[in-house]
Amino acid sequence: MTRLMIALTVVLALLFCTALVLGPANIAPLDSLRTLVIDDQGALTLVMREIRLPRAILAVLIGASLGMTGAAMQGYLRNPLADPGLIGVSGSAALGAVLSIQTGVAATVAFALPLSALFGALIGVFLVLLLAGPRGSSLTLILAGIAISALAGALTSLTLNLSPNPWAASEIVFWMMGSLVDRSMTHVWIALPFIVVGVALLASLARGLDALTLGEDAAESMGINLKRLRLTLIFGTAAVVGASTAVAGAIGFIGLVVPHVLRPFVGARPGRLLWASALGGAILLLAADIAVRVVLPTRDLKLGVLTALIGAPLFLHLIYKTRKDGL
Amino acid sequence: MTLLCVKNLSLRRRNRDVLKDISFEIGAGELIGLIGPNGAGKTTLMRAALGMLPSTGMSSLAQLSARDRARAVAWMPQAREIAWPVTVETLVTLGRLPHLAQGQKPSLADREAIEEAMGYLDLTDMRDRTATRLSGGEQARVLLARALAQQTPLLMADEPTAGLDPSHQISTMQTFSKLARAGTSVIVSLHDLGLAARHCTRLIVIDDGTIVADGPPAQVLTPDLIRSTFSITAWYETTDQGIVFQPLEVVT
Repeated sequence: MTRLMIALTVVLALLFCTALVLGPANIAPLDSLRTLVIDDQGALTLVMREIRLPRAILAVLIGASLGMTGAAMQGYLRNPLADPGLIGVSGSAALGAVLSIQTGVAATVAFALPLSALFGALIGVFLVLLLAGPRGSSLTLILAGIAISALAGALTSLTLNLSPNPWAASEIVFWMMGSLVDRSMTHVWIALPFIVVGVALLASLARGLDALTLGEDAAESMGINLKRLRLTLIFGTAAVVGASTAVAGAIGFIGLVVPHVLRPFVGARPGRLLWASALGGAILLLAADIAVRVVLPTRDLKLGVLTALIGAPLFLHLIYKTRKDGL
Repeated sequence: MTLLCVKNLSLRRRNRDVLKDISFEIGAGELIGLIGPNGAGKTTLMRAALGMLPSTGMSSLAQLSARDRARAVAWMPQAREIAWPVTVETLVTLGRLPHLAQGQKPSLADREAIEEAMGYLDLTDMRDRTATRLSGGEQARVLLARALAQQTPLLMADEPTAGLDPSHQISTMQTFSKLARAGTSVIVSLHDLGLAARHCTRLIVIDDGTIVADGPPAQVLTPDLIRSTFSITAWYETTDQGIVFQPLEVVT
């Protein structure tokens, strides 16, 4: 393990503990950690195990997913401005969620909401695959992704406009902004298998992404199976983004900003950037979730609002820098 | 020893015969110039021979598995792509990828291959420089070092001298000559017939998807062939400083 990975892991562990000891219940930090491990048969353990722990775990899982997907997408497209939402998976996942809210399925069937987000993500992936073709270049993949994103966005807006339910709009807004408020261990168990599989798929891309530094032709000649690489990328992305959107809504900018910030620390190697970005994404999302709770504890500030407020200006700066460097 | 054997290779694309019944064999220590006018099928032939384009007929490289092929031939596409600001050494190290399993660290032998390739192209002092910030000629050298680090018996390069200044063009061809003398065969597609005539041991001329000539430069570059294939006239002379070939006029 390199010094960077050790540093990131230490920061992540510290933030994880911080996230666990913070909350409106006002428990002393050491007491809260003790009751987490030792069951006190009372409210404290319940708060720790059922409210704070799942929230912190989800922040780590989703942050890591989004960070790693961002690094993988950027590596594959060889474009530092690429985004996991670019191939339309986030948009399709959100559409699936919104549709299940609107049809009322979400309210009647348990876990219909996260499951339909997963399903939406998969449909998005298959459509992108169909449009981009079996041997499509990066460009066709981007174009297909833009088309799917636009279509999913339009359908989401249409659903909103046709909504007869006075609460539906606010529910959708809540969903689209992304939040980790009131997540339970059930949400963790829903997301975990998909995220584990997705992260394993994305992590296996390291070698291929390194080779792609020299372009698709050179990578293929070095024995990289581009078709398999592309499928692995798409299914890995669908699994992690679908699962993440399903349990926490669309949280933007993590996958965009984290690889950018960490790239210089890994010598710009796209393979090494994958795990670094996973750790970095977990750190950023945990920090953002802590900030949401510390800055406006009473106003329920949405996580997606905060990540966009941090991410967008930083991203604008990065675009400007990228242009100046003539990349 | 045969490094590449192509037999009756044909390729149709959009109802057009891009390659028609191409056959040739390549042995060790050859520097082969693949020449022909724009659109004759040079790049297509090389990619089809590599098995990266679906074609009919036989190519010994296309029959290999992707992994075995990556150890049999190194391919340098015409586009000199360096996507990320990695160091020169990192880029050259990518050439060892076919020899390493996923996650495997470069061994001592790999490190030696990388050092040898960098030394061969005089890059040792530049190892820590960022590849994307180098000049076009330097980038071409780094990418060539990557291909050499792959340590394959055959090297294929698509227009490796395009966009380079005369000194870089000549030194690139001299590197290929040196490699060929050491036993590695090199196939390069070229537009500069002067460079091709002077440095190559053998020229394969393609026109309209077929091989119209194959042999040593002196036998291939006849006034008739130059006129019919390239529509130009040229001055050709074997001087005491080697072969000199200078295109003169366009024939209408």
